[in-house]
Amino acid sequence: MSRRSYGLRAWILQRLSAVYMAVYILYFIFHVTVQPPQSYDDWRAWISGPVVSITTALFFVAVLIHAWVGIRDVVMDYIKPLAVRFSLLSLIGLMLLACGFWVVKILLQVYQ
Amino acid sequence: MIQKSRRPVFLDITRIHLPVTAVISITHRITGILFFLLIPVLIYMFDLSLSSQHGFDSVMSVTHHWVAKLTLVVVLWGFAHHFFAGIRYLLIDIDIAVGRESSRVTAWCVVAGGIIVLFGSAVLLL
Repeated sequence: MSRRSYGLRAWILQRLSAVYMAVYILYFIFHVTVQPPQSYDDWRAWISGPVVSITTALFFVAVLIHAWVGIRDVVMDYIKPLAVRFSLLSLIGLMLLACGFWVVKILLQVYQ
Repeated sequence: MIQKSRRPVFLDITRIHLPVTAVISITHRITGILFFLLIPVLIYMFDLSLSSQHGFDSVMSVTHHWVAKLTLVVVLWGFAHHFFAGIRYLLIDIDIAVGRESSRVTAWCVVAGGIIVLFGSAVLLL
């Protein structure tokens, strides 16, 4: 991405992740309304299906990207001292990264 | 010596009136920050629901207590707000409802959509 389009990538990622999450959430609500998981095994089997496990993993990727772009905008708007801004963004980035690894762990454990 | 500015200051918070589009903008931000903070809670509940039969049951019974029910209704209202306002921004991105009047109409639609979800979830849960 060239220097002139700085920020464009974040803008596009925020919108793409928003559209993906919207579609996934509507699908999720539709599923649990039409066919609510009756038991733990039911729920686990649904999540571990080939399509659902991949679309769910992508959903969490979209959540983390969307949250990062959004919260970065908020921090850059209201936190002016550079040291505070940098520290806060680093902390938030680490926290979101940890959340990502947590989801990977959960989804891998579903297969055990 | 620093002289006091003679410019009039008008910061009477009770008399400043934000247009509905500005209200939508700030609530989109506030709900966004709220959901950022709720990400670990969401993942924790996802983890718990897939950990064991007992964990699944505790996630499913989270709405048994009235405080949890009330919290869920408010969270769903905030979510609807963020969701509908987000769709409104995506439409604005593709040049739909950009004008002053039409953007106000869509902003009121966001408010209305939020209230419908608020009442709908309240009726279903409370």
